[in-house]
Amino acid sequence: MDAHAHAHEMPWIRRYVFSTDHKIIAIQFLLMSLFFLVVGGLLAAMIRWQLGFPSEPMPGGMLLPDEMMAPTPAGAIMLPEFYNSLVTMHGTIMIFFAIMPLLVGVFGNLLIPLQIGADDMAFPRLNMASFWMAFPAGLLMLVSFAVEGGAAGAGWTSYAPLSASGEYTGVYLGQQLWLISLTILGFASLAGAVNYITTIINMRAPGMTWFRMPLATWALFITAILILLAIPILAGALIMLLFDQTIGTGFFLPASDGEPLLWQHLFWFFGHPEVYILILPAMGITSDVLANGARKPVFGYHAMVLAIVSIAFLSWIVWGHHMFQSGMNPMLGTTFMITTMVIAVPSAIKVFNWLGTIYKGNIHLHTPMLHALGFVSMFIIGGLSGVFMASTPVDVYIHDTYFIVAHIHYVLFGGSLFAIFAGVTFWYPKMFGRLMNEKWGRIHFWLTLILYNLVFWPMHSIGIQGHMRRIYDPTQYEFLQPLQPINQFITVCVFALVAVQAIYALNFIISIWKGKKAGNNPWHANSLEWTVPSPPPHGNFELVPIVYRGPYEYSAPDVEEDYWLQDTPPPSETAAPALEPQPVAD
Amino acid sequence: MSWLLPESFSTFGPDVDFLYYVILWVTGVVFVITEALLVYFVIRYRRREGQKATYIHGSTKAEIIWTTLPFIAVLALAFISIPSWNMMKNPDSVPADALDYIVNAKQFEWEITYAGTDGVTGTADDISTINIMHVPVNQAVNITLRSEDVLHSFFLPEMRVKQDAVPGMDITVWFEATAAGAYPIGCAELCGNLHTTMGGTLNVYEAAEFDAWVASQSADADDADDADDQEDQ
Repeated sequence: MDAHAHAHEMPWIRRYVFSTDHKIIAIQFLLMSLFFLVVGGLLAAMIRWQLGFPSEPMPGGMLLPDEMMAPTPAGAIMLPEFYNSLVTMHGTIMIFFAIMPLLVGVFGNLLIPLQIGADDMAFPRLNMASFWMAFPAGLLMLVSFAVEGGAAGAGWTSYAPLSASGEYTGVYLGQQLWLISLTILGFASLAGAVNYITTIINMRAPGMTWFRMPLATWALFITAILILLAIPILAGALIMLLFDQTIGTGFFLPASDGEPLLWQHLFWFFGHPEVYILILPAMGITSDVLANGARKPVFGYHAMVLAIVSIAFLSWIVWGHHMFQSGMNPMLGTTFMITTMVIAVPSAIKVFNWLGTIYKGNIHLHTPMLHALGFVSMFIIGGLSGVFMASTPVDVYIHDTYFIVAHIHYVLFGGSLFAIFAGVTFWYPKMFGRLMNEKWGRIHFWLTLILYNLVFWPMHSIGIQGHMRRIYDPTQYEFLQPLQPINQFITVCVFALVAVQAIYALNFIISIWKGKKAGNNPWHANSLEWTVPSPPPHGNFELVPIVYRGPYEYSAPDVEEDYWLQDTPPPSETAAPALEPQPVAD
Repeated sequence: MSWLLPESFSTFGPDVDFLYYVILWVTGVVFVITEALLVYFVIRYRRREGQKATYIHGSTKAEIIWTTLPFIAVLALAFISIPSWNMMKNPDSVPADALDYIVNAKQFEWEITYAGTDGVTGTADDISTINIMHVPVNQAVNITLRSEDVLHSFFLPEMRVKQDAVPGMDITVWFEATAAGAYPIGCAELCGNLHTTMGGTLNVYEAAEFDAWVASQSADADDADDADDQEDQ
């Protein structure tokens, strides 16, 4: 094909570095965000060292500069300001540079054009620009560790006034770089969102009606709308805070008649849709993988779409539940409690439909399926623990304790990250042409699932005992001293959890060259990406595909196999198809 | 490792703990049922050669049931939470006979101001302590919570009290302790480098003991020039 040949004529740098091919950009986002996932994990390990063994010399701590670790004859001891930077940067990097680009940057780019039958994104150059804004933003965030005063240390939520003036923390430039980096990343996200929305609305193949789209694409579509509406609010707030820091405005500083709670309202008005930006694509991926593993149609496809849409709508009116104890009017607290309770309903609907999907299936426990089931079982826990903090009187007690830390990690690690493992393993062959190793995939899954629960389940318990978040040394509180053995247990398990991720990393790297050749459709799946070679050529489809049915026609009685590709003509039409496949217009 | 709350020693305790255990039971039952079904389905419907999955697309009846039931359950949980929330946080719920206090948070200490013998804060006989708060048992206290610099969060775990202190705002916090003793005060909001050190103690006295303490402190105050001398450390 022309498009294919054309791609090979391009210089190496245009094909692999400044590429406009959505599949290459997806791989770029994948490598970038897996790198940041490793960085975020190492930061977590350092945080846990301090919590498990407060103010004891950290192994390898001598390698870090004196501004981070105080050198003593016995070894280097973590400084509290560095601890605060670690807590801040772990959250920031994991949320903005690992989970969000993994879900949106990787799967949005890889799946949307392939699943709707398009040759690329609507705006390929804008797509390239999106990655080349996101990546430097990430580097800028990392560089902030090396500047005078260290990296930002006011928490990933950067509550004002702590974040608004360096006089409170000694961090000036680090906080400013944090703000600038996230603003740049915001532009990258907006460019991606505009692209995804335009592509899905305009470039669906003939026959690809809205309700024939795979749920992964549906979720990414709704997520893109959330990003388009939420990121400008974050960007506005970030710029206001940057002005407070640098040019003497006082939006969030009471001394200049500013309002600290305004930051919280702006941040969480963005931040709660953001929470769903971090979980909706994971839900979509899980739905696709579960149906494939169970060899059954997704149970209640329309209900699943409606649940995604209603979560997206409700996500705009629940932000106040982060602020129950903030000094916000208690009457508002009551209002937000009711909306927050209601948003549990669409999440519950999704869980029941996932159970319905595997019910009476013919379940093939391949590695992606294991991770998808891991997602469902962990998301149940994360969803249910959310009900505790939705109840305002209970939240009085558990707010800002390790119960919240447990909750957020059950949703973002047990939820999003397991779905990411499912998705990366499932679509790996479509990116690299080979399958990841199944045996090592399973070993990694079971070790991760067990260690993950050993780390985060006990955090509920210490939270219930009143253990606050973000404290540098829990033993300073007498009533927390009896919990120290649990803190040490968690720390040891975190080290093991981080270490076993090497299995996944090695499996990922080695399989690029040594993996089993995948062919077009290794999982016997139905959606359009499995009708083309792995990896698909530049331009994806040789002929514009014609879509005859939904993406989940597994085990249909009309066909012999237990799958039915979306573009296979129905038996009655094979003789005289209603629509002739058309060559791709180039 | 326990899911039981530590014992509470304030009038808020029964409300908060009741709601917590109701939610623990409701979510616990849902947790066990859904996870058990998940595991059961995976085992029962595991892949077998020659077997084909049952071709079902869904069930409207099931969708209606599992939309309606959670909807009723979560709304019920919300509505039973409202009265307790109003009692704890609505400034109108503070009992009329509550003792007035001012708690002023700053990096990295709690400055507590007592009304003294005249029962009014902001007068000459006010008493002040740092990081140690004295209150009488079975007596409501009405705290005006302030901050001088950044956000802090006034956390009394056993009293089931938590409230952020916000610079520029006077926030009403009240509670009534139900047993004499010493209880921790914590800061629950990241407030800077030494956030972790911002702890304190809440001393709950029998009424007579508390009155005696106030009297002794007021007498001291007459002699002392420097307010810092009254730090009851």
